[in-house]
Amino acid sequence: MLTTLAHFISASIIQGTPLLYGAVGEILTEKSGNLNLGIPGIMYVGGISGIISGYIYERSTQAPNPYLCIIITLLSALIGSALMSLIYSFLTITLRANQNVTGLALTTFGIGIGNFFGGSLLGFFGDSGSIALNATGAAYKASLPFASKLGLFGETFLSFGFLTYVAVVVAIIASYIINKTKVGLNLRAVGESPATADAAGINVTLYKYVSTVVGGAIAGLGGLYFVFDYIGGTWTNNGFGDRGWLAVAIVIFALWKPKSAIFSSYLFGGLYICCVYIPGLTNSDKELIKMAPYIVTIVVLILTSIKKKRENLPPASLGLSYFREER
Amino acid sequence: MATAAIELKNICKRFGSIIANNGINLSVYNGEILSLLGENGSGKTTLMNMISGIYFPDEGHIFINGEEVFIRSPKDAFKYKIGMIHQHFKLVDVFSAAENIALGIESKERFNLKKAIEDVKAICDRYGFEIEPEKKIYEMSVSEKQTVEILKVLYRGADILILDEPTAVLTPQEAQKLFAVLRKMKEDGKSIIIITHKLHEVLSLSDRVSVLRKGQYIGTVKTSETNEAELTEMMVGRKIELNIERTEPVEPVKRLEIRNINCKNREGVQMLSNINFDAYSGEILGIAGIAGSGQKELLEAIAGLQHLESGEIFYNNPKNGKAENLRDKTPLQIKELGVRLSFVPEDRLGMGLVGNMDIIDNMMLRSYRKGKSLFVQRKKPRNLAEKVINDLEVVTPGPTTPVRRLSGGNVQKVLVGREIAAAPTVLMVAYPVRGLDINSSYLIYNILNEQKQKGVAIIFVGEDLDVLLELCDKILVIGSGSITGIVDAKTATKEEIGLLMTKSNGGASNA
Repeated sequence: MLTTLAHFISASIIQGTPLLYGAVGEILTEKSGNLNLGIPGIMYVGGISGIISGYIYERSTQAPNPYLCIIITLLSALIGSALMSLIYSFLTITLRANQNVTGLALTTFGIGIGNFFGGSLLGFFGDSGSIALNATGAAYKASLPFASKLGLFGETFLSFGFLTYVAVVVAIIASYIINKTKVGLNLRAVGESPATADAAGINVTLYKYVSTVVGGAIAGLGGLYFVFDYIGGTWTNNGFGDRGWLAVAIVIFALWKPKSAIFSSYLFGGLYICCVYIPGLTNSDKELIKMAPYIVTIVVLILTSIKKKRENLPPASLGLSYFREER
Repeated sequence: MATAAIELKNICKRFGSIIANNGINLSVYNGEILSLLGENGSGKTTLMNMISGIYFPDEGHIFINGEEVFIRSPKDAFKYKIGMIHQHFKLVDVFSAAENIALGIESKERFNLKKAIEDVKAICDRYGFEIEPEKKIYEMSVSEKQTVEILKVLYRGADILILDEPTAVLTPQEAQKLFAVLRKMKEDGKSIIIITHKLHEVLSLSDRVSVLRKGQYIGTVKTSETNEAELTEMMVGRKIELNIERTEPVEPVKRLEIRNINCKNREGVQMLSNINFDAYSGEILGIAGIAGSGQKELLEAIAGLQHLESGEIFYNNPKNGKAENLRDKTPLQIKELGVRLSFVPEDRLGMGLVGNMDIIDNMMLRSYRKGKSLFVQRKKPRNLAEKVINDLEVVTPGPTTPVRRLSGGNVQKVLVGREIAAAPTVLMVAYPVRGLDINSSYLIYNILNEQKQKGVAIIFVGEDLDVLLELCDKILVIGSGSITGIVDAKTATKEEIGLLMTKSNGGASNA
């Protein structure tokens, strides 16, 4: 029983980690008043960017250096997803396009890019077979050497690859910046009332751009984690599934707080995977249980809407573009 | 005399063809309170926006302590130690007072909210503010929010403070408190410019008064050497002949009887108190008053859009001769009775018309309920749209042009035209000629006169006293939510109305 529980917890953390990256990235973005629904697509792009660069590197050398594997794939995932959010930023901030439409288009686009390159990458290089970046996958999966010696505790909490811990650290840093620094105060003001921020001499455009691009890059790491740590350096079309939308749901569930996003992500990860741990379920039962995170999100939305505590509401200007002349 | 803290020379500002400010000269010294007095639309706020960096003047020079400066952004204004307290607060609701005050301040030190709170407390002690720095803005009253706004500019070290109608939102007690603070700041050597149109405030608070009228600089007088009558005359000017035709009322019958209505706005501030008047058919009743004195609430109350605390509104139905109480009716029922609100708010498209829809569809907004079939009838609205375009000379490529693309005057014509088309018995219009050129304005006046001839009771909320005096039969003057007087437009003078408009709450007597 205890072993099953331990397995369940560690499986929840594994499932929750890509969600956590997506959620923290989206929280950072939304704090600036940008509702980036392109996050699911951006996470796909983060994953495929890692796969492409990892594939090129592993193909070029006989003995891939694990550190180089990580640095190359990590950087390309960050750049790829940052570029995606840069597109979003340019369209919504500079051209003041509708945020919802832009975001949804970007998601479709990102998933398309992922599947396109995932399916045809080998063909471009004249290779056959399927993508299997074992060296990079192993590098990402490498855990602390002594973790396996610590018994159940080590297995449950210390047996993960480094990106799992980085996710938590990123969430805590994001929380600190948002709540405790001047930059965070300015950022929140931009998301709440850009006109006020503007009058106070804050560069609204700059804040929106930076937080959206950085947020997108963080979300991209979720895709990277999925392709290398979770499935070990392979690619299946649509393999990432609807995790991107779960990340967006977590933002609401966590009430725009990065620290709450940590536990929310693991909870959602657990709900996502718990059907495996309940014996005697048919396939349709499993699909039903997979809906749980969304139902929980709806309940949270209802509760916060009833209570209407101002601190728990989304940033006041979320989804609106800002134009100084429209006073 | 010493060098002025801030001096304006020959400032001009145009918006398109409208001249908002023309050749304005103004100076304020250290340790002085200057009142800037003028009617609505006289260019006071535009002028102050140029000092605070929101607009840039087309012509003229600004000097600070004798040196010429160019203020291109709010940031520049901070640099020259100018702080403006806007009428509409610029605060982040979910932030605490201290967070709002510290927002956007550039300093090399590490961000330290505790220090900010201490600094805020020090300023509070110095000037006698009462505020909890850690309280959230959304939990604050209007007066507290205003205090935060003032603290914001003081925290940034402002020496020149501009307050845009600071007392408009305050109770008399709160206003007195504010004045005490302002006097303390004055003793401290700060220069204060206060925009207002309440004469008693001007007289009790300021050292000097500068008056603007219709964008022109009229003059500056010492408060100690002037009086209400002189200031009113400077503010409203002498009567101008407009030659608007005023026909004699046709067989006036009591149409609306407003009895003792009271209403509060969402913040719980009393907007209307004990309003009593009658509106007759075939008569134009003008309503004069400073903007925001309760005109909007009054019209909305009659249209059934305002919740009333108490009071009755009787409508004498010409069809059956019965008196009906409008308070028991829904806005739709009131509309069916023939009471029409053609409200032209500050933002023209905000109420009444849908900008993205074409003229036909906008006509349909009033008639779509009529058809019996599943589909809407477009033919009648189309005819109506064409009729309105022809009769009122609406300049448009055609009836299928979105209203948003029409110029302001044409938008107003469409709105008024639609309401008149329904053959109303009561027609309420608010600022129907705001932003219109002379010709379009006269067209609207003629339409109103035609309706008057037809026996419609017209309530006309206007801002130009000359027009009110020429067009209306009676003028009701409203001040801070109560009626300060009802005068006969044929015999009343502008000065008389001006005095009634600026009459304070205490002196209000109901007609």
